Amino acid sequence: SEKLLKAAASVPRDSLVSLGSCFGKFTKTQKFRLSVTALDFLAPYAKYKVWVKPGSEQSFLYGNHVLKSGLGRITENTAQYQGVVVYSMADVPLGFGVAAKSTQECRKVDPMAIVVFHQADVGEYVRNEDMLT
Amino acid sequence: MGRKLDPTRKEKRGPGRKARKQRGAEVELARFLPPGKSGLARPGPQVSPQKEKRAVKAAGQTPRSRSGFSDGNSKWLAPAKAKKIPSKGNKLELSSDGEVEEASWEMEEEEDGSSEEMVDDYGASSSEEEELLPIEKAALKKKPDRGGLSEDDSEEEEEEEVAEKAVEEASRQKMGQKEEESSDLQLNLDIDDQFKLPTTEQMEKEDILFIFFLPAEPPDLHVIHQRMKGNMEVLQDFAVKREEGRTRQEYLALLRQDMAAYYSYSDFLLTKLMDIFPLPELINFLEANEVPRPVTIRTNTLKTRRRDLAQALINRGVNLDPLGKWSKTGLVIYDSSVPIGATPEYLAGHYMLQGASSLLPVMALAPQENEHILDMCCAPGGKTSYIAQLMKNTGMILANDSNAERLRSVVGNLHRLGVTNAVVSNCDGRQFPKVCCYLLWSVLGGFDRVLLDAPCSGTGVISKDPAVKTNKDEKDILRCAHLQKELILSAIDSVNAASETGGYIVYCTCSIMVEENEWVVDYALKKRNVRLVATGLDFGKEGFTRFKDRRFHPSLKSTRRFYPHTHNMDGFFIAKFKKFSNAIPQAQKEPAVEAAAPSAVPDTVTEPQPKKKKTEGSKVDKEQKPPQPALKKRHSSQAQRRPLKA
Repeated sequence: SEKLLKAAASVPRDSLVSLGSCFGKFTKTQKFRLSVTALDFLAPYAKYKVWVKPGSEQSFLYGNHVLKSGLGRITENTAQYQGVVVYSMADVPLGFGVAAKSTQECRKVDPMAIVVFHQADVGEYVRNEDMLT
Repeated sequence: MGRKLDPTRKEKRGPGRKARKQRGAEVELARFLPPGKSGLARPGPQVSPQKEKRAVKAAGQTPRSRSGFSDGNSKWLAPAKAKKIPSKGNKLELSSDGEVEEASWEMEEEEDGSSEEMVDDYGASSSEEEELLPIEKAALKKKPDRGGLSEDDSEEEEEEEVAEKAVEEASRQKMGQKEEESSDLQLNLDIDDQFKLPTTEQMEKEDILFIFFLPAEPPDLHVIHQRMKGNMEVLQDFAVKREEGRTRQEYLALLRQDMAAYYSYSDFLLTKLMDIFPLPELINFLEANEVPRPVTIRTNTLKTRRRDLAQALINRGVNLDPLGKWSKTGLVIYDSSVPIGATPEYLAGHYMLQGASSLLPVMALAPQENEHILDMCCAPGGKTSYIAQLMKNTGMILANDSNAERLRSVVGNLHRLGVTNAVVSNCDGRQFPKVCCYLLWSVLGGFDRVLLDAPCSGTGVISKDPAVKTNKDEKDILRCAHLQKELILSAIDSVNAASETGGYIVYCTCSIMVEENEWVVDYALKKRNVRLVATGLDFGKEGFTRFKDRRFHPSLKSTRRFYPHTHNMDGFFIAKFKKFSNAIPQAQKEPAVEAAAPSAVPDTVTEPQPKKKKTEGSKVDKEQKPPQPALKKRHSSQAQRRPLKA
């Protein structure tokens, strides 16, 4: 919030490490890369969600993509390459992904096919804290 | 067709007809033994055969000589109880004879072990002193010899413990054999009477460095332990149990040496601990430090409730319990089939791994919503996030730490737990008032509350980091104390006394040393306009108001100390101050260091005292300070101390 910003201004610039919650970073080519730290903020607004079965939760948290065999539910009419928020069956947000197949195709495809590309997951908090910003 | 019930034939009631011991032995023996023989003749234990035996023994006769057995069974066929008393009798004789030996209390305990030997149905023990088969006697003779060479530490064969004292070995062996049949009584009185300080020769023999004398065996821990126990008993009741001509200091010195060897502490640390704790408590403390404290977690109420979290974790196979009445968010983990630091709930930020004692300073701080809080040494962020959750993400927290690498974990944790009201900075805590305060004061008007979890020697968390046992010495403690004093002064100066809801500073350390705790608090009381207030924690031991030759302010009774052996959490010290005026009292010798307060104090920043301010470790070079004399390596000591903090 803004009050926070003003307060932070009083800390010398070299010493300031973080302020509020970081959403992501700007890359050199001026793209904005969203990071997992934004999960809490975005999850409630997600239009397209994917639920993952308990067995493949861990696999996703390790950074792997989600296979058809691990797919629990998926919101209707998800387009292909649509950004999604990945949830566990207990409705705990696990991370971000990109739908590899649209919902219709997901039904037809074999169990070993990838249905969600992994983009960011909460396991990163433990795996690479340093890169977190 | 069953048997006819015959009412005239009465069955004996009780645990079962045949469960009764058959009267066999005593009755049968009575037929063989001469009538003058102890009440063995009487069926059933009317007269305790023990008493008779004792009488017999005291008269100096051995039962065997009286035995009229025609077969060779006399040696071993006899009720066991009868045998236990003779040894008692022996022991009593011994002590009354004044036959006191070096560490003969050890022997008494040897007998304990041997009472667990074989006992057959009749209660006869097979290895009686007098009735020993010659082959068994030979075997027993061999055992102490073997003990002399090997370091067999079995509890039962306590003859072997005396191995290192070669001088008395011969005599002791003889005694050992005689005394080997122990009674069930320990006869503590005798033990204490006979605890003797070993002479310097024996001490040398134990000294591992003296390799030229004998091939010295490594100190036998069991012996040391026994000796410690004996020593403690003497010290408890010194007037009665002391040896003539030996001072208390000698006993204490021996005890210290033994404890240092047994628990692997440095002598310095042990001396300090002996000053703080009375002796029995000291042993408890040392034992508690060998064992890790239980794993505890704190529910993140920003994201979940304790009940739901507990349920979810139980479903994953974690065995847990609420922490106690004093905490609404803590859970203690007994065991778990999944790693606690890697569950999806952890990754989603539903809880934080945190020691139970770390919850206390934040509870004492009691941050309110919409306040401005400063956490001066925040890594790895457990307390900061707890503050944030108590404030429900309102207001502002300035989380500061002087160690940049550890700050990364702070950032990670804060993001994971969903804390949004934190600003993380990397300043040296001592610079705070000077560097930030002008702006801070104008913008915020100072902080409402400050939490200072000062870097310390870590003597309260020895169970987490055993290296502390040996690598801390006088200089380390004093260095820590100095740093803490500086930090607490800058913490106090960063608080606005005039804030409506606050004006509180909480100072805490994970150490139990008086130099780092009460001394620092007392110093702050003298130097600034603060006073101590109740922490709000109703359990825990009160802090010291006097210690050795120092006298502290009486209000130090409101500070709290926690110990691993009494509260089963890491050693901790907590003090809560209230600042009642922003003015900085002018001491005669030392002028005011900062002039951050907008009110009464003049605005000039006087040249700081040489020992107060340093630029090391600070990224801000505002002024060139004169080179400080004899400054220790603060930076490395800080870096070194960091890992000790929770």
